[in-house]
Amino acid sequence: MTLEIIGVTVLWTFLFGYLIVASIDFGAGFFNAYSLLTGRQHILTNVIQRYLSPVWEVTNVFLVFFFVGIIGFFPKTAFYYGTTLLVPASIAIILLAIRGSYYAFETYGSRGHKGYSFMYGLAGLFIPAALSIVLTISEGGFIEMVNGSPSLDYYALFTSPLTWAIVVLSLSAVLYISAVFLTWYANRAGDLEATNLMRKYALIWALPTIITAAGIMVELRTHNQAHYNNMIDIWWAFGLSFLLFLGTVWLLMKRRRYGLSFGLLVGQFFVAFFAYGFAHRPYLLYPYLTIYDSFTNEAMAIALIIAFIAGLALLIPSLYLLLRLFLFNKDYVRGKKDNHA
Amino acid sequence: MGNEEAVFYSRVLTELTLSFHIIYATIGVGVPLMIMIAQWVGIKKNDEHYILLARRWARGFVITVAVGVVTGTAIGMQLSLLWPNFMELAGNVIALPLFLETFAFFFEAIFLGIYLYTWDRFENQKKHLLLLIPVAIGASASAVFITIVNAFMNAPQGFDVLNGELVNINPLLAMFNPAMPTKVAHVVVTAYMTAAFVLAAIAAFRLLKGSNHIYHKKALFLTMKVGLVFSIAAAIIGDFSGKYLAEYQPEKLAAAEWHFETEENAPLILYGVLDNGEVKYAIKIPFALSILAHFNPTAEVIGLDQFPEDEIPPLYIHYLFDFMVTIGVWMTLLSLVYWLGIQMRWKLVHSKLFRWLIVLGGPLSILAIEAGWWLAEVGRQPWILRGLMRVEDAATTSGHVDTMLILFSGLYLVLGVGSIVVLTRMFRRNPVEQELEDRHATKGADIS
Repeated sequence: MTLEIIGVTVLWTFLFGYLIVASIDFGAGFFNAYSLLTGRQHILTNVIQRYLSPVWEVTNVFLVFFFVGIIGFFPKTAFYYGTTLLVPASIAIILLAIRGSYYAFETYGSRGHKGYSFMYGLAGLFIPAALSIVLTISEGGFIEMVNGSPSLDYYALFTSPLTWAIVVLSLSAVLYISAVFLTWYANRAGDLEATNLMRKYALIWALPTIITAAGIMVELRTHNQAHYNNMIDIWWAFGLSFLLFLGTVWLLMKRRRYGLSFGLLVGQFFVAFFAYGFAHRPYLLYPYLTIYDSFTNEAMAIALIIAFIAGLALLIPSLYLLLRLFLFNKDYVRGKKDNHA
Repeated sequence: MGNEEAVFYSRVLTELTLSFHIIYATIGVGVPLMIMIAQWVGIKKNDEHYILLARRWARGFVITVAVGVVTGTAIGMQLSLLWPNFMELAGNVIALPLFLETFAFFFEAIFLGIYLYTWDRFENQKKHLLLLIPVAIGASASAVFITIVNAFMNAPQGFDVLNGELVNINPLLAMFNPAMPTKVAHVVVTAYMTAAFVLAAIAAFRLLKGSNHIYHKKALFLTMKVGLVFSIAAAIIGDFSGKYLAEYQPEKLAAAEWHFETEENAPLILYGVLDNGEVKYAIKIPFALSILAHFNPTAEVIGLDQFPEDEIPPLYIHYLFDFMVTIGVWMTLLSLVYWLGIQMRWKLVHSKLFRWLIVLGGPLSILAIEAGWWLAEVGRQPWILRGLMRVEDAATTSGHVDTMLILFSGLYLVLGVGSIVVLTRMFRRNPVEQELEDRHATKGADIS
């Protein structure tokens, strides 16, 4: 393994972590706002207060880690992506800020301020849409060099079917991942009503997720032939991902083993996400930027990898403690204990 | 399009984000230490008042830390979005502390979540206090790592430029640059100092507004004492910062002190105004600049005459410097008099006027932090990376920065107003007298 591959694997892993934890977070916000609309509030509010509030900052750090890390390992990305992403990334930051402040403000402020809850729910859908644009741009064809600096062609971007396919996938995946997780969490909390509701949502969003995922493959064939061919070469990985998907849906339908069902879902996305990334390599941005020509110097790469290993040694036990207290602690999940400051 | 517009708006947006973020960041670095001290004193003295103090501070801290986190995410991304050319170079040389900062932040975030949601969950209070230590360490470490990046911008080292290429890169040498020790120490210590004085202001305000509860008196005494210790530390470190500047960034020192001609026995100019290049109404302290710069009243101090016109920072930074130092000295004296007054039982320190001065000290300390950062950033002009890259060469070429400026201004307005409204509502609805009664907390001694 070269340093470049190690670097990009580390970053991709953290992005995957963000994909899962943030999807749970974003989807829960949307379902909460939706249940307010349909008069079924309080079913999810409890889950959000008990599980999401203590961990929202941690979710946020996964993202920060990714964008700081990518500048560290691949400094040239600052030049290409920094210049072109000003608008979508700024919008994403503003929406993230609204969501972050919701957790803090709502815990003590007047709970159930409807306007703010709707903003919070909607922001959760716009953020994945804004962030997923980066994946679209990375496929190439939307950035031109004007006077030696990159410039984003908004017209081409917003009229491309690929863009919209990826946006739709990001939305349905967020809702699907979140619903499967919340089915499990509500079940652990012994909340039958919430379990049934979330199970229904999970089954509703399963189909659109898999259809748009397949649709993107079709789009890529015309948009980026090289990437498409690379993906076809590892077709078996996508096949495996599909089998895991079937497993999740089957368990949900049979109302069995919600924990395992969520585990299979993580596996499905893990395999597909890494297969996609593997096929994308070595390009960070078609056709301008590869992991090799944008890589940092060797001294910095080694320093970053050492820092990363030391950091993980610190983080993994801490994360374990966090999950044990808030996710795997039965009394806490069931709402029997409230020890907030 | 000329790129001046993009440069201008990038500067304004960065300044706005940093000026807003630094309020919450400073509180975020300082307050965990204060909570820790209060909880520790509470456990030691078996005094419920201090424990409740820690608990109520922790509640307020949640709000400020949330705004700090989201604005911190904003500035983190804006660095790449607004200054892509700078970040490309910085990524190669100074990415290590940026990367370490995310770990420190990660560590802090995890334990803050745990600490906040585990009050009364442990039989032994000390175990709960242990959970706060990683929060305080993580918060301070974040400040250390980010300030290292800023220090690097002032005194870049750890690499060579050969035919426009970066070679011989040494990430550790870049981190431990000459600006780092004084800058890091100054930022961390003044954060503790400011947090203490802001909390003191709140306690004094409650005492003025009707409540004469011993709880507030304990809070005031504790915070003023801690504030005094850190303001003395800040003064000592400030002196070392002067020596650093004289050695490595003489143009910054000279501009801040209006020291135009290189000379020996240099006097220090305090206050005054600049009228057609002439200093008027200033106080001149003989030899003081030579002492500040070199520990020696007769030493030669380099003046602005040694630098080309286009490499001199704007001279208005002198006002920022004076403002910052004046507030620093004022707060040191105020807290010293308060501490002496408590020891000697002076009536003065319990007077209304004195308490109002303490209340005023909170916002003044925040303003001093702002003035300090403006001084640090404007004083580095025209450079973004001193001697290597100018600000105008670092900025984005995007034409949408002005629109983003409007969007972010709106966001900061919402966050600023929101945090103030939520904080006041939180403490109004649940005054400490009520909470003490609810908890039947009678175990509380008088101030020793």
